[in-house]
Amino acid sequence: MTKGTVKGVIANMVTVAVDGPVSQGEICYIETGGDKLMSEVIKVVGSDAFVQVFESTRGLKVGSPVEFTGHMLEVQLAPGMLSKNYDGLQNDLDKMEGVFLKRGQYTDPLDQDRIWDFTPLVKVGDEVLGSDWLGSVEENHQPLKIMAPFQMEGKAKVKSIVPAGQYKIKDTIAVLTDENGNDINVNMIQHWPVKFAMTNYKQKPRPFKLLETGVRTIDTFNPIVEGGTGFIPGPFGTGKTVLQHAISKQAEADIVIIAACGERANEVVEIFTEFPELVDPHTGRKLMERTIIIANTSNMPVAAREASVYTAMTMAGYYRSMGLRVLLMADSTSRWAQALREMSNRMEELPGPDAFPMDLSALIANFYGRAGYVFLNNGKVGSITFIGTVSPAGGNLKEPVTESTKKVARCFYGLEQNRADKKRYPAVNPIDSYSKYLEYPEFAEYINGTINDAWIPKILKLKTRMQRGKEIAEQINILGDDGVPVDYHETFWKSEVIDYVILQQDAFDEVDAVTPIARQEEILDMVTAICEKDFQFENFLDVVDYFKKLINICKQWNYSAYQSEQYNDYKKQITEMLNSAK
Amino acid sequence: MATAFQKIYTKISQITKATCSLKATGVGYDELATINGKLAQVVKISGEDITLQVFEGTGGIPTNAEVVFLGKAPTLKVSEQLSGRFFNAYGHPIDGGPEIEGKEIEIGGPSVNPVRRKQPSELIATGIAGIDLNNTLVSGQKIPFFADPDQPFNEVMAMVALRAKADKIILGGMGMTNDDYYFFRNTFSNAGALDRIIAFMNTTEDPAVERLLVPDMTLAAAEYFAVEKHEKVLVLLTDMTSYADSLSIVSNRMDQIPSKDSMPGSLYSDLAKIYEKAVQFPEEVGGGSITIIAVTTLSGGDITHAVPDNTGYITEGQLYLRRDSDIGKVIVDPFRSLSRLKQLVAGKKTRKDHSQVMNAAIRLYADAANAKTKLENGFDLTDYDNRCLDFAKEYADKILAIDVDLDTTEMLDVTWTLFCKFFSLEEVNIKKEFTDIYWKKE
Repeated sequence: MTKGTVKGVIANMVTVAVDGPVSQGEICYIETGGDKLMSEVIKVVGSDAFVQVFESTRGLKVGSPVEFTGHMLEVQLAPGMLSKNYDGLQNDLDKMEGVFLKRGQYTDPLDQDRIWDFTPLVKVGDEVLGSDWLGSVEENHQPLKIMAPFQMEGKAKVKSIVPAGQYKIKDTIAVLTDENGNDINVNMIQHWPVKFAMTNYKQKPRPFKLLETGVRTIDTFNPIVEGGTGFIPGPFGTGKTVLQHAISKQAEADIVIIAACGERANEVVEIFTEFPELVDPHTGRKLMERTIIIANTSNMPVAAREASVYTAMTMAGYYRSMGLRVLLMADSTSRWAQALREMSNRMEELPGPDAFPMDLSALIANFYGRAGYVFLNNGKVGSITFIGTVSPAGGNLKEPVTESTKKVARCFYGLEQNRADKKRYPAVNPIDSYSKYLEYPEFAEYINGTINDAWIPKILKLKTRMQRGKEIAEQINILGDDGVPVDYHETFWKSEVIDYVILQQDAFDEVDAVTPIARQEEILDMVTAICEKDFQFENFLDVVDYFKKLINICKQWNYSAYQSEQYNDYKKQITEMLNSAK
Repeated sequence: MATAFQKIYTKISQITKATCSLKATGVGYDELATINGKLAQVVKISGEDITLQVFEGTGGIPTNAEVVFLGKAPTLKVSEQLSGRFFNAYGHPIDGGPEIEGKEIEIGGPSVNPVRRKQPSELIATGIAGIDLNNTLVSGQKIPFFADPDQPFNEVMAMVALRAKADKIILGGMGMTNDDYYFFRNTFSNAGALDRIIAFMNTTEDPAVERLLVPDMTLAAAEYFAVEKHEKVLVLLTDMTSYADSLSIVSNRMDQIPSKDSMPGSLYSDLAKIYEKAVQFPEEVGGGSITIIAVTTLSGGDITHAVPDNTGYITEGQLYLRRDSDIGKVIVDPFRSLSRLKQLVAGKKTRKDHSQVMNAAIRLYADAANAKTKLENGFDLTDYDNRCLDFAKEYADKILAIDVDLDTTEMLDVTWTLFCKFFSLEEVNIKKEFTDIYWKKE
């Protein structure tokens, strides 16, 4: 392997004089004071390699020896990763010693001694492709697949496969003979360079299946689909993280991967603390069982922050190859972009807009492109749904990260300061936000089959009402309450009903936090009935009085356990109030 | 300064306003050096060329100055002796007392492993309802005041610090005026709290670049007391905008490409490294905590400026002060202030109706603001609008004003009284389980 010596240091960028070949993106270790610091090559000029160090470079001296590894940044993928907490470089955080993160401490992401109940899925003589399923094991009630090596090219024949039984991840479970007649020993571990997309599927059609999140402003108003992409931009304090946590708690996915990328440590702690206690509303099991956390919080090294989102996406690809539905959340992609900016700046590259690197929008597009709903080679389906948050500087959506993301993500959940100030949570702007999936004929067909064919038209009507409500609110502001006709007030208050009853949701209330689709259907029907009714109010004060009372009952309805006595009672009250109105 | 066997360099090749460069070998990154006795730190190594950042500026440094490398990053000596003492940015006493004896630790040390943190869950009671009721603080939290320079943030911070029942209060002053420094000293001393206070001071009279050491010094001391002595430590940092200004001075002199508002591209990470030192340790490691209350001064209330903007994304909320013209007092602004950790204690460590009461009151206060706009635009007010305005006035006076000193249950009771006085049940719009208990309309 190539070796080198340190020539220069500026913060976490180190120049290394090398004695042999190095490749772009190659991983190397710099030795200093007994610590080995993991680094990645980001530029090569002649015999100088510029590397970004994933750790603090304090005390690093010229002349320190460097060893290159010959491979890019890779993750190890095997059963045993669920419910683990990793850092951005896939170190198992729970295995680290001490309260503080020690420099140069790397831990095994996998449990070598854990024993798995393996069941073969192929027999001797079968022909397999790379990523084909050879067998399965069960982890936390999830059926995981043991696959032929992802990197394997061409077809291979199964020469031998172990019988059902108990094995460790490093045990050879199969021997494959490739097209050249070479034998490949296969164990349960896969390696994959994080910066490369996994394309081990047959086809990537347009996604169409609703991904239920229990958040009404998403499911009812701007639905996301299995294998879809979405992003949540918002100024600080508008509830990005609360919304993201709500989605990750409630979404109907098999695996949830949360990449806490350059955000607050206490937010990760909240997940560590709550998820082991919380129950998955779909399976009744503990949420932690299906969750992996990649924590590279804002005070952890910047270069590893960039790696963390790729690490998370690669893990997601691993589970998708098994035919599972993966939900990947990254909070926040702006921090990742900032990490790129810091490095680009140190390399003295010519800056693009806001000093971000010129290729930022290409990097973001490629990353979102790794999500998707796929048909695997064996005809089964798997998906990665990706939702990223964006933290726009100064809350201004005309900045490079937001703009680049908007070009590629199909759902836009724009959080609004004004709504947050009024405590109208989730503060997703009902008018500017959108889901492109509502326009997909595939999606409409799916909804017509699973919910009903009135669903989408009803939503579109309510959206128009919201817009009309906003326009009228502006007119009332200008002309005064008496300056507009009474029916303007009625239209405005109908939009308030949509806002209060469907869009606003209390993420901290046990009942209101999650609304199953069936219940959302009832709410949608009720709100539509209210909006369609033609009232005959005398003056605007009557309008205000009536709707305030109505909204109050609707909110109590939202707070009542689904189909409880209280629930039915409030529903009856609303209907009565609606029928008795003139 | 040099001891035996330490190599002295005497040939400086380049001098800028903040940095000196020279040829030297065996130098570590971040290492300290002295140049004719002035403290400097290695910021760039390129082969034998070493660039040093001189904290107090390069004025008076000759090209033949004596440069000695100290072989260590900046350190602080820690022990119980720190209590009650005032230091400069280098950790040297400025109160006339003796030097500290104790363990020498590097400042700016590593981060806490996130899995070794505990979720903050202890309420910090300040008696100020604008904080305790609407923006409850929790130990292990980090929160700044976003304030214009003329607002009384230092006074409020001192009041919070004294009421918060912390074991240690560590003050990091950056670019603080001498007057404010004496204000803190006198306030703490008059309250008989001096033995709980430690301060690291960089006043406006000191060199600006020295400020960069203050947060790390302050937090190194805080970590010592929180980790080794298992204490509840409250850290006050004022003013972080001055700190960021120094960062931009240094990055400018290092020819870095500035990003928004002339700030370095690494501003977010630089601030996060400081604020993320706030932590609640679990019982297994002693249960100590570091809570950070900081001040970020704004220019003309602009929170889109890079410093408050990046800060807002890092800290767990922010507090705003505002002069309320209705009552002529300074209040904690209920609209823009936010404590992100409040739901960890609201309704759990406080009475169960806390969250709903808080939200309802703020919503009604917002309606009052709308009514006010209507009034200013010359429209007629409805009966509801008028009641909102009356409510807002009393609410500001009895709850939001910073001179309020109540416990949280009293705050809730006061707010319910106001609800009943001005509104009907539907207008308040609170869960029935609470209105059943607390709604007492005559």
